Amino acid sequence: MRFGILVFPGSNCDHDCYHVLKHLFGQPAEFIWHKETSLHGYDALVIPGGFSYGDYLRTGAIAQYSPIMKSVRDFAQAGGPVLGICNGFQILLEAGLLPGAMLRNRSLKFICKDVFVRVENTDTPFTEAIPHGRVLRLPIAHAEGNYYADPETHRTLLEHRQVVFRYCTSDGRITEEANPNGSLDGIAGICNRAGNVLGMMPHPERCSEGLDGNTDGRSIFQSLLENRTVGRR
Amino acid sequence: MKARVYVTLKNGILDPQGKAVQQSLHHLGYTVIKGVRLGKYIEIELSPMSLEEAKRQVAEMCQKLLTNTVIEDFRFEVEG
Repeated sequence: MRFGILVFPGSNCDHDCYHVLKHLFGQPAEFIWHKETSLHGYDALVIPGGFSYGDYLRTGAIAQYSPIMKSVRDFAQAGGPVLGICNGFQILLEAGLLPGAMLRNRSLKFICKDVFVRVENTDTPFTEAIPHGRVLRLPIAHAEGNYYADPETHRTLLEHRQVVFRYCTSDGRITEEANPNGSLDGIAGICNRAGNVLGMMPHPERCSEGLDGNTDGRSIFQSLLENRTVGRR
Repeated sequence: MKARVYVTLKNGILDPQGKAVQQSLHHLGYTVIKGVRLGKYIEIELSPMSLEEAKRQVAEMCQKLLTNTVIEDFRFEVEG
């Protein structure tokens, strides 16, 4: 599976994603500078974390108009899998490829720690190798991860099973205390209605190799490689 | 020509920064304060054009980039 990893000025998790896909999973992977305009020949895209354009104006606000984003829209529209991690999630929200918006964490602090998330939907190409309800331990590192959607949008998300990850306790309970940033309904990740675009705040690429004893992030990339729901391009 | 754009969080959207500023002002003794909301102020220099055209373009800029209309409102003034 040929992966494209988008690189914006200020992306800083691009090399981690590349390392995991290329060296851990042995997949062809390439960086795609944001000024490129073609995504020809790629099977899946990763929009990595970081601080694109220094988070100026709003997180992801300026990146949404980078030249490559037009092709990203077309790619997503055609059913190609797009995984947005952290700042990548914020970019997908600003670009309107996912609904809702990010607010500052309710604590106003940049939070960098491991959290637990429960897998709420295993019918996406990013989660289908994971048993339903599985609790993953994944690191977060963000100041704007407080997901917000208006009540109507929230209702639609639930109706179409677009909530993919929710913050939870280590034994999988959704509680206020387990919610690190104030996110609506404990939402840590959502997909589009078709399921081929996923945005998530936690960083699976940071816990795939197992150097710190945790490989919970692997299952997301593994799912994508084994996926049957999204046709290969 | 100059446009002044004011971006504010929509009513009902949590504003943790505003809360923190409010608490700080309370600590300074300003107990009269009932609420603080933080926003953004943006100044834009424009080439000369009709007022009407300037307003149309600034409104478009607000919609496209300067605000996220899921969580923010905007208002602006243009002066010739």
